[in-house]
Amino acid sequence: MAGLLKKKKRQEAEIPTASMADIAFLLLIFFLVTTTIDVDTGIGMTLPPKLEEDQEPPPVRERNMLKILVNAQGQVLIEDKLASIQQIREEVKKHITNNGVDPNYAESPQKAVVSIKTDCETSYNTYIQVLDEVWMAYFELWDAEARKLGYPNYNAYRATLGPDDENEIRKIIPAQISVAEPDC
Amino acid sequence: MASQHFKKKAETKQGIPTASLPDIIFMLLIFFMVSTVLRETTIQVRTILPRAEALTKIDQKRLLSYIYIGPHKKPDGRLGETRVQIDDALIDDLTLIRTIMYNKLLEQPKLIVSLRIDQDAKMKLVYDVQQELREANTLRINYSARPEAPSS
Repeated sequence: MAGLLKKKKRQEAEIPTASMADIAFLLLIFFLVTTTIDVDTGIGMTLPPKLEEDQEPPPVRERNMLKILVNAQGQVLIEDKLASIQQIREEVKKHITNNGVDPNYAESPQKAVVSIKTDCETSYNTYIQVLDEVWMAYFELWDAEARKLGYPNYNAYRATLGPDDENEIRKIIPAQISVAEPDC
Repeated sequence: MASQHFKKKAETKQGIPTASLPDIIFMLLIFFMVSTVLRETTIQVRTILPRAEALTKIDQKRLLSYIYIGPHKKPDGRLGETRVQIDDALIDDLTLIRTIMYNKLLEQPKLIVSLRIDQDAKMKLVYDVQQELREANTLRINYSARPEAPSS
């Protein structure tokens, strides 16, 4: 009789935890379904700050400015010459890396400005295509610059930079794209 | 003798210990809870994003604020005229953008405005919105675009 009592006392009081996994699974599935892992991709730009009433835009010498005009039909004029969207990349690269050789192009990469002007009726798609080509020209030049420093490409170089480090490549070739207002 | 031996062996527990299973699941759960940003807006305009090649990723979702521009999706499924949407509301008076964006900028000084613009939108409207962003001093923008389809 005494032995039986002892046995009863030794029984451990356990909380059943088998269902905990199920509950956690349910929550997990809910968050799995609602999570959007994909990041927003796009073309980053910085708008020029608003000018004061009497302030004039900073002067840019004519030769340092590469003017790209896009009309409503998606036709492109580079420096008043008819061109295709595919030609933009080469023209921009020629403009930036001119280093004062050709008097029609920029004096130095630091001074080179690419100006894009669209029509009011130009579709956004055309505008992005033009902007994309200009950015790709810069990316290709940055890649070439990064290879000179011994990195496989520009992204590999940028990955080595800390948050406070100066980006040397972008100092040599700064991306200066200006988006002019359409007149309408 | 032999049969007794076998009997004893059969009495040992054969279950796999599952005590750590909830812990593992909880860890996954916490990861997803932290990384989830619930979609809180219903998009009332169609935004087919243009394709581009020079894309950069923005993984700091908390810095982002979206402006949607595109043809208005009517309840009967037809498309109306091009409208601007911020958060849940369609904007009629574009000058409201500067107030909305200025308030957002005060909350998040490193605000990036992601413009999700339909590829058929006209530059006039895009430009007007950009002017309002300049007024609000929210200068960091991002033209949202899809990656280029692999060319064959």
